[in-house]
This record gives sequence, C-alpha cells and structure tokens, in this order.
Amino acid sequence: MKKILISLILLICGQFVCAAEVNIYSARKEALIKPILDRFTTETGIKVNLITGKADTFIKRIEVEGKNTPADILLTVDAARLVRAKDKELFQSIDSKILSSVIPAHLRDIDNHWFGLSLRSRVIVYNPDKVSSNDIIGYIDLANDKWKGRICVRSSSNIYNQSLVASLIAHHGIMETERWASKLVTNFARTPKGGDRDQIKAVVAGVCDLAIVNNYYLAGMLDSNKDEEVAAAEKVKLFWPDQDTYGAHFNVSGAGILKYAKNKDEAIKLLEYLVTIEAQQWYSDVNYEYPVILDVKISSILKKWGAFSMDTLALNLLGRYNSDAVKLMDRVGWK
Amino acid sequence: MIVSNSVQYLQRKSSLICDILKRSSPSLALILFSSFFCIPVLIVCGSLFLPFDETWTHLVDTVLSDYVLNSFYLLIGVGFFSLLLSVVPAWLVTMYKFPGSRYLQWAILLPMSMPAYIIAYSYTGAFDAAGPVQTTIRDMTNLQYNEYWFPEIRSLGGAIAMLSFVLYPYIYLLARASFIEQSVCVLEVSRTLGCNALGAFKRVALPLARPAIIVGLSLVLMETLADYGTVQYFGISAFTTGIFKTWFGMDNSLVASQLSAILLLFVFVFLFLERRSRKLLTLHHTSNRYSPLTKEKLTGIRGFLSFIFCFTPLLFGFIIPVSFLVDWAINAYSQVFDIDFYRLFMNSIFLAFITSLLALFIALLLGYINRNNFSLVNRFLVRFISLGYAVPGTVIAIGVLIPFAWFDNKLDNFLITNFNTSSGLLISGTLFILIFAYLVRFLTIPINTVEASLEKIKPGVDEVAKTTGMSHFNLMKKIHIPIMRGSLLTCLLLVFVDVLKELPATLILRPFNFNTLAVRTFELANEERLAEAAVPALAIVIAGIIPVIIISNSISRSRPGYE
Repeated sequence: MKKILISLILLICGQFVCAAEVNIYSARKEALIKPILDRFTTETGIKVNLITGKADTFIKRIEVEGKNTPADILLTVDAARLVRAKDKELFQSIDSKILSSVIPAHLRDIDNHWFGLSLRSRVIVYNPDKVSSNDIIGYIDLANDKWKGRICVRSSSNIYNQSLVASLIAHHGIMETERWASKLVTNFARTPKGGDRDQIKAVVAGVCDLAIVNNYYLAGMLDSNKDEEVAAAEKVKLFWPDQDTYGAHFNVSGAGILKYAKNKDEAIKLLEYLVTIEAQQWYSDVNYEYPVILDVKISSILKKWGAFSMDTLALNLLGRYNSDAVKLMDRVGWK
Repeated sequence: MIVSNSVQYLQRKSSLICDILKRSSPSLALILFSSFFCIPVLIVCGSLFLPFDETWTHLVDTVLSDYVLNSFYLLIGVGFFSLLLSVVPAWLVTMYKFPGSRYLQWAILLPMSMPAYIIAYSYTGAFDAAGPVQTTIRDMTNLQYNEYWFPEIRSLGGAIAMLSFVLYPYIYLLARASFIEQSVCVLEVSRTLGCNALGAFKRVALPLARPAIIVGLSLVLMETLADYGTVQYFGISAFTTGIFKTWFGMDNSLVASQLSAILLLFVFVFLFLERRSRKLLTLHHTSNRYSPLTKEKLTGIRGFLSFIFCFTPLLFGFIIPVSFLVDWAINAYSQVFDIDFYRLFMNSIFLAFITSLLALFIALLLGYINRNNFSLVNRFLVRFISLGYAVPGTVIAIGVLIPFAWFDNKLDNFLITNFNTSSGLLISGTLFILIFAYLVRFLTIPINTVEASLEKIKPGVDEVAKTTGMSHFNLMKKIHIPIMRGSLLTCLLLVFVDVLKELPATLILRPFNFNTLAVRTFELANEERLAEAAVPALAIVIAGIIPVIIISNSISRSRPGYE
C-alpha cells in the first residue's frame, strides 16, 4: 500500500512539479497548433499543457485568476486581441534576441509584449466566369455601384471583418469608412451568414460573384481530401486587393507571455521555437499561412498565388479601432 | 482506536449540528446551500447596479430593437412548433397502439441527443445554395441560383425549425412521464361522465399534465434564449448575438452582463406569471389506485395518421441530419478516430454521469424540503437557481469563475502571509468548477421536474403517512420516489444529455489537456471542416442514445400497473 502511495505521489510530482512545462491558453484550435507543440516537446523535453477556446474569454479568465493564473502564454489568431491583452496589462515585455531579430518590427508589439507568429491575408475571391480581374481594384472599390448585389461576406460579429474595417479606419478615418461601409452593405448579395468557406462556396454556387475571405480557407479547400471541395475551389480565383495603394490587409496569429507566467524561460523557448524555419514551414504547409520570417519555403498552393504587396499598417491600430469598427458596422446595418 | 474515537466524536458533533439546525430553522442550511448555486446568476444580475455607459446609447440607437425582436420571434416560433411536435405524440404513444408505436415511443426522443448547432450545420451542408441538393437541382434544370425557389435554411424560419427539431423532446419526455403518472381512473371517470377520447384528453389529461408541459416548454424557451451557436451561424441578430458582440467586439463585458441580466429579468417575470397562473388551479392526483393501462388499438387511417404524426419529428430531427452526418463521417473517420478519441468519449460520459446524479440529488433535497417547510426565501432562491438555464453558458462560466478565483486568491494570500506556503488556484481550473457550472446551468431541470411531480401528490398523503409515524426520509423513499420515479429518471436523462452537448462553459472552464466530444466537434465544425466534425458529433449522438433508450423503457415500466 505504502509503495503504491509513494509511486503515486512521485507520478503526480513528476507530472506537475518536476518536469519542465509550459501552459498555454490558445484561441487557435487544437488541430491547428498541437502538432507543432508536440514537436517542440519532442525536441526540448518541455511538456506543453493546452486549453483551447475563445480569446476574449481567456483574457477575462486571466484577469480574474490574477497573479495565480496557471497560464504562461496567451495565443490568439488576430492582433486586436493581443493589443487588448496588452492594454489590460496581462503581458510582460520579453527580451529575446531571437524574437526581436527575426520578426519584423511591424509584426510585433513595440514594447515586445506580443509577437506575430504567422501571417494571413483577407483577400477577394471571385468567379472568373462573371468577373474579370481587371475590374477588381480593392476593398474601397467594393462600395462601387457596379458590385450591387454581387458581394458575399460573413457577419460583423467576426473578428476578421472587424480587423479589416479597423484597418480601413486607420487609413481613411471613421467618417469615410462609414460612408464606404454603408454603400458596401447595399452591395451584399445576401444577409451575412456562415463562415469564410461558405462565402467561397456561395461564389461557386452563383449566389454572388465575389467574396471577402481569409486566404487560408481557399487553400484549405484546394488541398481538401473531399473531391467536391477541390472542384469548387478550383472554380474561383484569388485577387490581391489594393496592390497599387496600401496593399492587401494582413493580420497575424501571435502570442504573448503573461505577466504572472510561472514558466517564463520555457515560454520564451517555445515562442523562439515557433519562429524557427522548421515551425514556420509547418505553419505554411499545414495551416496555409505565410511565414513571419524570411527564407522559408512556402507551400505550393501559396506559391501559386504569387507575389503581392501587403499592408504594413502597425497592427496595434487594429486593436485600437476594433470597437469603433464594430459600432460603425452596427450603424450601417452590417448584420 | 484514535480513529474510531474521532469518528464517534465527529458523529456526535454532526448530529448535534443537525439538531441545532433542525430546531432553529430547518431551512437555514438549505438557504445557505441554495444561495451557493445562486452566486453566478447574482453576479450577472449585480451588473445592473453598475453605471450604464454610452455603449447603451449606441445599442439602443442601432441594433437593440433588432436583437429583441428576433429573439421574440424565435421564442414564439420555437415554442409553438415544439409544442406541436411533442404533446400530441406523447398522448398518442401513451394511450394507443398503432403501427410502430412501440418503437416510436422512445425513438421520438432521439433528436434530443443532437446539439442544436450540429443539426444547423448538417442541414446547411445539405440544403444550402452550395450544398448537394441545390447543386443537383441546378445541374439538372440548367437554372441559375435565384431562378428557382428553395427555402433558405439559414434564416429566422430555419433557425426556428432547427431549434424546434432538437428541443421538442424536452416537452415530449416530461409530458409523456406525466401522462403515464396519471391515474387511469380519472380518465375513466371522465369517459363515464360523457367525455369522448378527445374530451378526456383536453379536459382531464391535458390540465393534469399542464405543470409538466409548462416545465418542458420553459426549458425549451430558455434553451432558445441561451443559444448562440445556431443563431450566430445563421447570421441572425438575436439577443445572445448582441451579448457577445458587445463583449468580444466592443470589449465591454459590463454591458454584456447587463444585457444578460435584463434577459434574466424577463425570464424571471415570465416564470413568476406562469407560477401565479398555476396557483389558481391546484391539481392533485385524487387516487393512487392504478389499473393497467389498456391501450386502445388504432388501425387503418387513424393508425396511419398517428404514425405520421409521431414519425415526422423523428424524421426531421434525427433521421435526415444523422444520415448526412454518417455520410460525411464515413469519409473522414480514419483521420479523427484514434486513442485520443476514446478519451474524449469517456470524458464526456464521465462528466454527464456525475453531473446528472448530483443534480438529481440536490433537486430532491431542495424540492423535498421546500414541500415541508414553507419559506419565501427558499422559494425565491430556488426560482433564482432556475434562471441559470436561460443564461448563455459563456456568461454563466464567467459568473462561476469570478467567485472561485476570488476565493482561491484570498486563500492563497492568507496561506502565504500566515504559513508561508502558496496554494495557487485550488479550485479554479479543476473539474470541480466545471461540474459546478453545469449544475448552475442545468439544476433547473431536476428542480422543476421534482417540484412539478411533488405538486401532484396530494398533501393529504403526507399527512396520513405522518400520522403513522413515518419519518420524512421514509416518506420520500417509500411513497414519493416510487410515484415520481418516471419524472426522476426523466430529469436524469435530460441533464445527462445536456451535459454531453454543453459547449461554452466547457470551453472556458475545463482544465489543461482535457477535451470533450462537444469541444472537438465545435473546433472542427468552426473551422468549417464538417466532414471531420461529423465523427465526434455522431459520438455525442450515440452516447446520448443509449441512456435515452434505457430510461425511456424504465419510464414506461415506472407506471404502477404496467404490464
């Protein structure tokens, strides 16, 4: 009996105290992050504990848990949430030569509270049978009368739309963006519903002629093991918006280390690992996202979409204008 | 020796405490106990006392009326259709024999194991403009989208249909248990007094079952109000959409809680009015003599119609969506099915099992003591606990997190200053807090069911029992529980299935590296990987089916005089 007890205690101790570990609250879904975390564990022996969920509920949970929070890292899929966490003083500044040298300045926080780990773009997907690529210009042009009843986009509850509108507010100001949005809404082919893949499928089905979606959804469909998804995705084309002006809207998935992290060293190691060539390649191959560092071979699907210019707007502005963006969309009736 | 001494000491102590509690006020302990479960709802409501900021002006000026109206339409629609799909079938399978009735009486329940957002995903996947059905129509007719008529799944009407299809079993289950509990004598007397079958149903059985039906209906309506997955996917601006858009989009959790609190006030008023109206007609079983229920045989057109009536909800709520899920799962199961999957399955079952037992136990305790000690405070608290069901799981989860984290941090501070050791977060982040959150959300089911069935037992029964010197406990064990057995099993099943399906609170409160089937389903479906999501979704359905069948059978058998 005693032996069992001792070995049990050792086991528990081994699980919770003795081994090096790092705890993550992740807004990124398990299937899209765990494989690379497992590789990290194999390479370093540091155990990674993970809870996945929604960024805002995690921010609340970290606030409520205070200095005893078990989490070391908050991982999100957009910059605005990282900015929000920083504003609530949940992160700490991280002094890591690797992180600040390999990640370009506009993809990380000015005080090194958070770091972008992968890039995604909100692009225009169109049906080449109905629209010529010469007719499309970019986001602002989508308010043009010629697109009346031809655009699909998901609801304003969605963070990707909120970030896009926030970036337009940063470029054009609230007034002009609101005028734009109120015209855009009249160009919608239907009341916003569903996710980004839904919008792509709607273009294929002829509900609308073009859609605003994140690029990796299209890549995911092209690489799907369901034949009909591939067939559908091949019927549409991707357009990089606003190449002559500020470039396509970009956002990051990223992470910050919490102020009260108990495993700070391990957490830094993990973030540093996530910007290695190996990990960045994985992001590109599996999640169809663009790397944040140079010299990474991107996946063949991304390569096919060619070179493009991206909006290098400071990402913290996406956070600053998030609430304004939501209110603006409410006012113009973007459901 | 020391151990046995201290055990004796503890026993003496505890019996002393019990005595004191009994003598001072038997409900004092109960008040403390039930207020414990009220804390999260109180925290939500407490937000009303904080200042209303300018976000409110924005909401009132722009979207609030939309939120309120859409939620109102949803309530009316779901209420109407779920009653239609449940009450008459419940009566038919209890009183009549017709083709398939033996199987239908439990099969009608099957849709309840389907989470609402899953049925929404599967109908959309199949019937949306881009789905196989409409694509085939276009291919065969050479028509373009918009040149033919097809119902839009993702619309208000679609949401009403989806929610009704998966929620009606709540009413069916309670209504059927109540019909079964009814003494057949009452019905027979009504027939001898000149009521025809329809008259007996309308004038006797229905009023007797009314408390149960209303409990079921209020569960359905509260679940509708708390739903976020379906309305969000369908792009409907309902009240919950507003709560989360305000919280997540505008980073204003205070106004989000205030919105939830206002929602709760409405529910509270509704429940109060409903109870008031029920008070006006107090109904009890007049007889506990049960004769075997002789089911009348329906043949020919009447049998066929009865079959259709009972089969329709099953067809739309289960057979159609499940066949889509199966079709998707066949292609994808090899990618999802691994050792990890087995663990998910066991985690879900474990949580559902523990929670449903605990919930039933607590409800019996509260309901029973409430019956014997009239106390306004208690009644009020019990009503308050019931509100948990109408709050979106995410909001409840935060309401649970706040007090526990507060306690944990205080304890930790205390230990550090006095004993120089840290306890960290003792309760937050464990399964305990998750189960507690489930209880706060779902306790209303057993509380109301227990209450509704206790109400039907004449107080005279208790009085007679007491004159024979029967203790409270024996009264409950030997008289009440056998009478209520059907209802008790019913709420056990309801909580079990609800926990299986529960997503938002699980998402926030679960410990590290702990997942459930609902979490896995959601993550895959949310990434729009419907094929892979179909596998865990089916597992939820399967995990729900087994208890549905077992309990449904034992409910039929629970009727005294069952052959």
